[in-house]
Amino acid sequence: MKELLDLFLTFAKVGVMTFGGGYAMLPILQREVVDRKHWATQEELMDYYAIGQCTPGVIAVNTATFIGQKQRGVLGGILTTLGVVFPSLIIITIIAAFVSNFADLAIVKNAFAGIRVCVCVLIFNAVLKLWKSAVKDVAAGIIFGVILILSLLTNLSPVWYVIAAAIAGIAIQSIKARRAMA
Amino acid sequence: MMLYLQLFWEFFKTGLFAVGGGMATLPFLYSMGDKMGWFTQAQVADMVAVSESTPGPIGVNMATYVGYLTAGIPGSIIATLGLVTPSVIVILIVAMFLKSFRNNPYVERAFYGLRPASTALIAAAGLGVVRLTFFDWSTITSIGLDFSRIMEILKAIHWPAIILAAVLLVITRGIKKLSKVHPIVWIAASAVVGIVFRFAGA
Repeated sequence: MKELLDLFLTFAKVGVMTFGGGYAMLPILQREVVDRKHWATQEELMDYYAIGQCTPGVIAVNTATFIGQKQRGVLGGILTTLGVVFPSLIIITIIAAFVSNFADLAIVKNAFAGIRVCVCVLIFNAVLKLWKSAVKDVAAGIIFGVILILSLLTNLSPVWYVIAAAIAGIAIQSIKARRAMA
Repeated sequence: MMLYLQLFWEFFKTGLFAVGGGMATLPFLYSMGDKMGWFTQAQVADMVAVSESTPGPIGVNMATYVGYLTAGIPGSIIATLGLVTPSVIVILIVAMFLKSFRNNPYVERAFYGLRPASTALIAAAGLGVVRLTFFDWSTITSIGLDFSRIMEILKAIHWPAIILAAVLLVITRGIKKLSKVHPIVWIAASAVVGIVFRFAGA
C-alpha cells in the first residue's frame, strides 16, 4: 500500500515539475526515478523512451506506465499514470475556469521564456548522461549521428527511426557475434 | 451522459492513433473540433499556448483543457482518461512481452540500436527548443551566410538567454556541490530571471 502511494506521489511530483512536454520530463525522471528511488536504470529509461516514441500516446504517460508496471505490475502502471496526469488535471482546470487569457499574461510569457532556457540546459545535461551509457562504440555513434541529422533535416515520423535503429542494432550485433565465434 | 461517452471515445481514438508524443495529438484535435463542434480552431491555438505554459505533459494538458471547455470538470477528467487509456493498455502489453523476451538475444541486439536512436531523438527535440529560445530563426535563415549583414545576425540572437544558459551550464556542470541540487530549483530561478529581465519582451 505504501509503495503504491509512493508511486502515485512520485509521479505526481514528476508531472508538476515537467515544463514543456515529455522530453523536458527526462531530467526530472533521472533525478527522481533513477537517482533517488532506483526504480529504473539510465538504460531502462532510454529503452522506455525509444518504445514510447513508436507506441501510441503521450511519451510521458508511456514512460510512467512502464516504470509503474515494473515496480508493482498492472496496478502500479495505472497508478503512476494517474499520478503523472493528476497535477495537469488540477492546474489546467483551474486555468480554464478562471483565467481566460493565461498564456497572454506578460508575467507568464516572461517566466516561460526564462524556463525554456533552463529546459534547454537540463535536456543538454540529460542527453550527455544518456550518451555515456548509449554510445559505447563507433557503430552506436554512427546510429546516433545519422538519426540526429536526419531528424533535424526532415519531418519523418520518429517511428521510422526507431524501427530502422532496431534493425540496425540486430544486424550489427549479429555480425559481431558471428565474428566472435569465428 | 452521451456527451461523456463521446468525449471519452474521441480522446481514446486520439490516444490510440497519435504516435510520437503530445504534439502529435494536434491534428486530431483540429479534426475533432471540426467534426464535433466542441471548440473552434482559435480555441485549439489558445489550448496549445496554455498547455505549453503550464507544467505537465502537453498532450494531457490539451485533453484536460478541451474536456473542460466541452463538459466542465467531469469532462476534463473523462477526456484525460480517454487519452491515456490506450497508452496504458499498449504499454502494459509491451512490458509483459519484454519481460518474457528480455533475455532473447535479438531483443538485446535491437536495444543496442535503440538506445543511441532514442538519445538522438531527444537531442533533436532539445535542439528544436534551442532554436526557438536563443535565436530569431526566421531572420537568420532569411539572411543566410551574408557576413556583410553580421549586425543583423547578431541582433537576431537573444543574448540575455545565452548568458543565462551559460551561467546555468557552469553552475550545473562545473560546480560539484551544486550539481546535486534538484533541477526544479534552476527552473524556478530561471522563471524569476525571465520575469525580472523581461525575457519575452512582454
